[in-house]
Amino acid sequence: MTLTTDATTTDTAAPSGPVRLPAGGTLARPVDPSAPASAAAKIFNHPRNAWYVAAWDHEVTGKSPLARTIAGTPIALWRNSEGRPVALADTCWHRLAPLSQGKILGDEIQCPYHGLRYNATGRCSGMPAQETINPSAMVPSFPVVERYRYVWVWVGDPDLADPDTVPDMHQMDSPEWAGDGETIHADCNYQLILDNLMDLTHEEFVHSSSIGQEELSESEFEVTHDDTRVTVSRWMHNIDAPPFWLKNMRDKFPGFEGKVDRWQIIHFEAPGTICIDVGVAKAGTGAPEGDRSQGVNGFVMNTITPETDRTSHYFWAFMRNYCLDSQTITTQLRNGVHGVFGEDEDMLRAQQRAIDANPGHEFYSLNIDAGGMWVRKILDRMLQAEGRPSSAAPAGQGA
Amino acid sequence: MAALTQTRWQRGRVAEVEEVAEGVRRIVLEPEHPVPAAPGTHVDVDLGTEHRTRTRSYSVVRSEDGGARLTLSVQLARQSRGGSRHMHTLRAGDEIAMTEPVQSFPLSVGASRYVLVAGGIGVTALVAMASALRRRGADYQVVLVGRSRRVMAYAEDLVAEHGDRVRLHVDDEGTPLDVAALVAEVAEHAGARHTELYMCGPIGLMDAIRGAWTGHLLPEPNLRFETFGSSGTFAAEEFVVRIPQFGREIAVGPETTMLDALEDAGLDVMSDCRKGECGLCLVKVLDVDGQVDHRDVFLSRDQKERSAHLCLCVSRAVAGADANAKARTRSNGNAPAAVTVLLP
Ligand code: FES
Repeated sequence: MTLTTDATTTDTAAPSGPVRLPAGGTLARPVDPSAPASAAAKIFNHPRNAWYVAAWDHEVTGKSPLARTIAGTPIALWRNSEGRPVALADTCWHRLAPLSQGKILGDEIQCPYHGLRYNATGRCSGMPAQETINPSAMVPSFPVVERYRYVWVWVGDPDLADPDTVPDMHQMDSPEWAGDGETIHADCNYQLILDNLMDLTHEEFVHSSSIGQEELSESEFEVTHDDTRVTVSRWMHNIDAPPFWLKNMRDKFPGFEGKVDRWQIIHFEAPGTICIDVGVAKAGTGAPEGDRSQGVNGFVMNTITPETDRTSHYFWAFMRNYCLDSQTITTQLRNGVHGVFGEDEDMLRAQQRAIDANPGHEFYSLNIDAGGMWVRKILDRMLQAEGRPSSAAPAGQGA
Repeated sequence: MAALTQTRWQRGRVAEVEEVAEGVRRIVLEPEHPVPAAPGTHVDVDLGTEHRTRTRSYSVVRSEDGGARLTLSVQLARQSRGGSRHMHTLRAGDEIAMTEPVQSFPLSVGASRYVLVAGGIGVTALVAMASALRRRGADYQVVLVGRSRRVMAYAEDLVAEHGDRVRLHVDDEGTPLDVAALVAEVAEHAGARHTELYMCGPIGLMDAIRGAWTGHLLPEPNLRFETFGSSGTFAAEEFVVRIPQFGREIAVGPETTMLDALEDAGLDVMSDCRKGECGLCLVKVLDVDGQVDHRDVFLSRDQKERSAHLCLCVSRAVAGADANAKARTRSNGNAPAAVTVLLP
C-alpha cells in the first residue's frame, strides 16, 4: 500500500475527507478500510471454532461456579456430581441474570434471581411456581474437555468440536516433567502476545537482566510451518549462559563454569498455544545434534485465550526435566518466570495503549516477525473459514 | 448449543415453491440478511395486515449457502389457524416479513443416544437434526409416524439418507406406532439415562410419549419437544368466548385463536410466546358449554383435567367427542361450543 492523500482513502480522524497525516507523518501508513483484510491487523479477531483454555483444573469446582469470558462469550464454569466440568452461557434464559452467581445443586445450577435450574446440557430442569417446564427454556452449553491440567472450552459450532484437536501440551502432566505456572490477565489483544512469543529477539531488550543477551539478535533462526503449526528454531553456539540459565545449569551440575550451546525452539499450535523448548548444554557436547544429556531443558508452556478484543487470559507454566522432585526449584523457576513475564506484561499493555492512541498508523514488519506473521496467516485462514474478517475493529476504528 | 431467542425481522423473497407430498409445500426463502440456521431453528413469518401482526412459526428444514436459502415446508391443514392457507398462496418472487432463524429446539451435544420422533409435518423440525447426528457419527434413530405415505413429506429422503436408522409407522398400512413399546425400548437400553428423545408432532402423540416417559422415570429434561401450539385433540371448530365482566360474547372462527379474536375485539390481554409455553396469557375458566381442547404445554395434565384455567393463545372450545350427548344437555341446542372466562 502506498501513502496517498487521495480523497477516496479515509482514516478515523477524517472519515470522509482526505487523509490527515500525523505530525511528521511521512512514516505513517494510512488505513484503507476497503483494502482486503490484512494479516497485519492490529486488533486481531479470534477464531470461534477452536479449543481455548478457560481455566486451570483446580479453578473449576463443584462448590461454586466460576465466571469467565472466553472469546467474547461470558461463561459459567462448574463441575457436576461426577466431577465433570460444565460450561454454560453465563446468563439465565429468563431475565439474563448471571448463573455464575448462583448455586450448584448436584447436577444442576440454580439461577440466583428466580431459582430456575439448568442441567449440564443447558436444559432448564426447574421453574418456580408452575407444574411444567417451558420446553424453550435453555441456555447454550459449550463442549468442554479437561486435559493437561486445564479446562478447555469450544465456543463455536459444537458440531465441529473434536477433542482430538486440543493443542498438544503433554509436558503439563507427563511424569517426565515437573513445574508450575500462573495466569496473567493481559490488557492487550491476544495476537500481540503471540507476536511476543514467536519472536524472542525482544529478550535482549526487555529481559536483559535474566535471559537476554546480545547473541539473540545476532544468531540466525529458521521458520517452518504447516496448516496449524509454526516452528521457529534458533541455536546460539559457544556462548556465556545468561544469569537464569547459569543458575539452572548449576542446579543440575553444581559449580558449573564455562561456555554453553543455547537453544530456543518455539512451537505454535493454532489458535493460541505456544510451547517453547528452551535450554542450554555444555558447549560442544552434541546438544544441536540431539544429545542434551549435558544440559538442562525447560518447556515454557503458554496458551493464550482471547477474553475481549483488547484483553486476554494468558496461562503459562515452566516445566523442566531435571531435579523433578525439588519444590524449591519449582518455586524458584515459577517466581523467576513470573518476573520475566511481568516485564512483557508492561510492554504489551503499553503497546496496546499506543495502538489505540494512534489509529491512523499501521504495523510494519521486520524479518524477525516471520514466525508471528505465519501465525497471523494461519489464524486469518481459520477466520476466513468462519466467514469473519481478520480485523476485530470496524473500519475506521484503528483496524 | 446455541439458544438464540432474539427475534430480528427482515424481508424475505420466495425463491421456489414445490409440492413435496399431498398438501405439503416446500417453500424456499431468501432472507435479506442471511445467517446460517442450526438444526432445530425455526423462522417466524408475519402473515398479518398493515394493522395486525399474525405470526406463524415454521421449522427450517434446510439451510444452504450460509442461510441465504432457507427451506420451510408447510402442510395445508384443516386445523390450521389460517397460516398454512396463506403460505400455500405464496409464489416465487413474492416477498414476506420473516425473522432470522430462531433457536428454541437446539440439538444438544454429548448425549449417548438420540431418538427423533416425528408425527406428520412435525418431521420438518427433525430433518436437519438427523443430518447433523449422521455427520457427527452419533448413535441415533429416526421414528416417522403418519397417516399415509402420500402425505408423509421427507419420508423417502430420510430413508435414503439414514437407511435402517429410520423406522416408518404408517396408519393406513397397519403399522401404527406403539408408543409404550418405543419408550420401553429407550428405558431398557444401556444408555437410557443419557438418551435424549426429540419429538415434534400432534399433541396426542407427544402427550402419549410424555406419559410413558414419566412412567419409566426417565429424566424429564432429556425429553425435548417443540410445539407451535397448532395441534389439538380435536379439529378446530368455531366457538364462542364469553366475557361477562365486559358483557362481551366473541365468536372465534376455526382459523383464528381466542387471543387474536380478543385482541381484534379491542380487549386488553397479556401474552408473550403465543404458542402455549409461557403461561402469560392464562385466564380463569368460569364455565364451559362443550369442552376445552387445551393444546398448551404450560398446564400439567392434572391442571388440564381440572380446567380451571386455559391459555388464550392456543386453547379452544369444542363440542367434544360426545357431541350428541352434550348437545342434549347444552343450553343452546346446536349452537357452537362456548367457554366463559374471567380476564385478569
Ligand atoms: S402467550 Fe405464552 S402461553 Fe399463551
